[in-house]
Amino acid sequence: MMQYKGWEGFIPGKWCDDEVDVRDFIQRNYTPYEGDASFLAPATEATKKLWDIVCDLSKKERAAGGVLDADTKIVSTLTSHGAGYLDKDLEKIVGVQTDEPFKRSLQPFGGIRMSEGALEMYGYKLDPQVKEIFTKYRKTHNEGVFDAYTPEMRAARSAHILTGLPDAYGRGRIIGDYRRVALYGVDYLIKKKEEDKLAINGDMTPEKVRNREELADQIKALKALKEMAAIYGCDISKPAETAQQAIQALYFGYLAAVKDQNGAAMSIGRNTTFLDIYIQRDLEKGLITEEQAQEFIDHFVMKLRIVKFMRTKEYNELFSGDPTWVTEAIGGMGVDGRSLVTKTAFRILHTLENLGPAPEPNLTVLWSKRLPVGFKKYCAQLSIETSSIQYESDDLMRPEMGDDYAIACCVSCMRVGKDMQFFGARANLAKCLLYAINGGKDEQMKDKVTGKPMQVSPEFMPITSNDALCYNEVVAKFENMMTWLADLYVNTLNLIHYMHDKYSYEALEMALHDTNVRRFFATGIAGLSCAADSLSAIKYAKVYPIRNEDGIVVDFKIEGEFPKYGNNDDRADEIAVWLVKTFMKKVKSHYTYRDSVPTTSILTITSNVVYGKKTGNTPDGRRAGTPLAPGANPMHGRDCNGALASLESVAKLPYEYSRDGISNTFSITPGSLGKED
Amino acid sequence: MTGFIHSFESFGTVDGPGIRFLAFLQGCPLRCKYCHNPDTWGAGGTAYSAEEVATRALKYRNYFGDKGGVTVTGGEPLLQIDFVIELFTILKAKGIHTCVDTSGVTFDKDNPQSVEKHEKLLALTDLFLLDIKHIDDEKCKALTGKGNKNTLDFARYLSDNGKKIWIRQVLVPGITDDEETLERTRTFIDTLSTVEKVEVLPYHTLGEVKYKNLGIEYPLQGVETPTKESVRRAKEILQKQL
Repeated sequence: MMQYKGWEGFIPGKWCDDEVDVRDFIQRNYTPYEGDASFLAPATEATKKLWDIVCDLSKKERAAGGVLDADTKIVSTLTSHGAGYLDKDLEKIVGVQTDEPFKRSLQPFGGIRMSEGALEMYGYKLDPQVKEIFTKYRKTHNEGVFDAYTPEMRAARSAHILTGLPDAYGRGRIIGDYRRVALYGVDYLIKKKEEDKLAINGDMTPEKVRNREELADQIKALKALKEMAAIYGCDISKPAETAQQAIQALYFGYLAAVKDQNGAAMSIGRNTTFLDIYIQRDLEKGLITEEQAQEFIDHFVMKLRIVKFMRTKEYNELFSGDPTWVTEAIGGMGVDGRSLVTKTAFRILHTLENLGPAPEPNLTVLWSKRLPVGFKKYCAQLSIETSSIQYESDDLMRPEMGDDYAIACCVSCMRVGKDMQFFGARANLAKCLLYAINGGKDEQMKDKVTGKPMQVSPEFMPITSNDALCYNEVVAKFENMMTWLADLYVNTLNLIHYMHDKYSYEALEMALHDTNVRRFFATGIAGLSCAADSLSAIKYAKVYPIRNEDGIVVDFKIEGEFPKYGNNDDRADEIAVWLVKTFMKKVKSHYTYRDSVPTTSILTITSNVVYGKKTGNTPDGRRAGTPLAPGANPMHGRDCNGALASLESVAKLPYEYSRDGISNTFSITPGSLGKED
Repeated sequence: MTGFIHSFESFGTVDGPGIRFLAFLQGCPLRCKYCHNPDTWGAGGTAYSAEEVATRALKYRNYFGDKGGVTVTGGEPLLQIDFVIELFTILKAKGIHTCVDTSGVTFDKDNPQSVEKHEKLLALTDLFLLDIKHIDDEKCKALTGKGNKNTLDFARYLSDNGKKIWIRQVLVPGITDDEETLERTRTFIDTLSTVEKVEVLPYHTLGEVKYKNLGIEYPLQGVETPTKESVRRAKEILQKQL
């Protein structure tokens, strides 16, 4: 006998035995689908009408300069706004961030200056009372960080050797297990969290006090989540009973997260196999048709497409656009060998046809050689038609992460509801190499007081000779400089995440995680290929330093040829591998906040342009200010043995040292993939 | 032995079946007016041993799948036929699919030494991409600097020896796109028994910038790329019921 009506018809197991275990529920109840796409249904009239409304609003938003409307007064919380609709009568899945679609919310907990600046850029004025509250009475994350920053951290930040640090905005990257809202209902989740809280007692160490306070905040957030749903006339206290309710409850979980946090990436998890169980149950009971099933998914995706945040233009420049990174991980293989592809994996991809192509949500297929052929073909077809699917290697991630992980942002994998991460932006290794040569003096920035080149690191011994740079000498200095940088970087992040937890804690998202969560401490590398090629140039060609009047090396004269990363040439590729390993080892040697597991990533997909602007001439011949390569890409135009050689170079980078992900941006014209006939 | 290589491409998808490793060999006796690789004409290139090239190619073995493999192209790869033979000997021993992209210009059926070498090559090659420059001997001479006798002889020789051929015809407006030329080409193709495929390659101007860089005047200045309609018509003539 099942405890809840919403669980009727499901195969019981550990998941409903006083536990929270969504994976167990999925494994016992899902139906793998091996067929093709022919079952899919087109958009309904309601879907088309709603999508027209969205398109119209998008047009108006563009015409208005990027923001259609913004709240200047009401601070966004889960329950701060009344209900908002595109067209109430047509929407099968409801809920927007404020009381109107396309009206951006006010989220000052990350930093009031960011909120104020963003509003001003688009012609809005922050309500003076809100400003007063968040400057006089309520500290923000941003203020906390800057109160505690050391002078050295500030210098590294303004010199941009550390860039994009989440010190003035929400760190994001945390994926709540939104499926729990649908499967268990909020009351069950509250009960479990209350039990967890009760279990923390004894000597009240600061850690225990914090854990108890955080759990209290999580419980409050869950209660607010119920209230938020009630504003839309929905009761999510009990498990969802239908597919529509399940999708709605799951979406409410996500909506609460984006009402609470303006995070750098607000990904949604891995939901299609889960939702398919509900859709399948309703289909089998004859409660819904395929058209209706597709309509639910279309309306759900439509909502994900209109998630919007208020951000400054500099922020958008850093991320090349206004991304929300609503990443949804699709497919993959189960550890038992069954494919996790269901009909709903098809349905969500089909939104690209029913609603047209779009960058968000970031539909990400977890690719395995063993995925069903019908699904592979559909993915390929849609990629050709829409260029809107991201692919990641499930075969690479599954051994370590199991079969219920999702992707935050573009490549950061975490087990849903069991792992979280502290997002950590990037350290610029190309610039670090220049610091090694110049003894930690910045090649571009001047000290405001003395007018001399700014000393960012402690004074290391620079290269003093004007002969061709000696590889061993440069490498020795570079290692020292990386030691300094990794130390500073990790500690800057330790400080940032302490403050984020203190002043902008993600209570709702963390309420949808296990209480004993595994935390990742994410770091990142920018400028990998530029640093690798620079070292290769120093090793295999002759590179002479050119100094300015202050004695700073500001340019290089290169004589001779040198192997370049991106040509599957071990001589250069080994240097890149060495860089990743060396830097990661140095990161690992430090204390990381809340016993988190250090990881690193090489995935500056867009911000490489901004990082490049702040990096002087490099020994590989790259000119000052020109972009670094994105992610782990070779430098632009230097890979001259074709795509596979380039990809093979990237593939040599050791994933075990870069567990937060390695990205390679690769575009290709259809014609170069072969001939039609 | 040493071969002179212009460059490599690790992800070739249009020169033979599947995903292929391409080696562009340096040097060519022809001077086709539409050539998009004039930088492979003369002497030069980088010296590699056949072993070195094979080692490079084999790095991509996992990508070859059931159909892919290695294609030598150029330039005219058979100018260095001894090198190709040595390279293919290594590759065939490893079970790699081999393909030569050639104009057949090096084949002299009246020269026993030439025939002997080409015979050796045939035994090591799975597929020939044979570029018929122009079916008319005189026009061929005008277009490439040499007549088409060797090319047509080689086609016949391949056919007689049961070697698979993909015929390639570059479609250049005003030079190879007239109906008579296409029909004559088709008639010739029909006399061969091992042609698997005929590819129509529309002339493009991507090579023009290389001429500028080499300081050579571009011979087809002002010639437009063929229209879709003319490509369709050429395909119909050359490919219909092949």
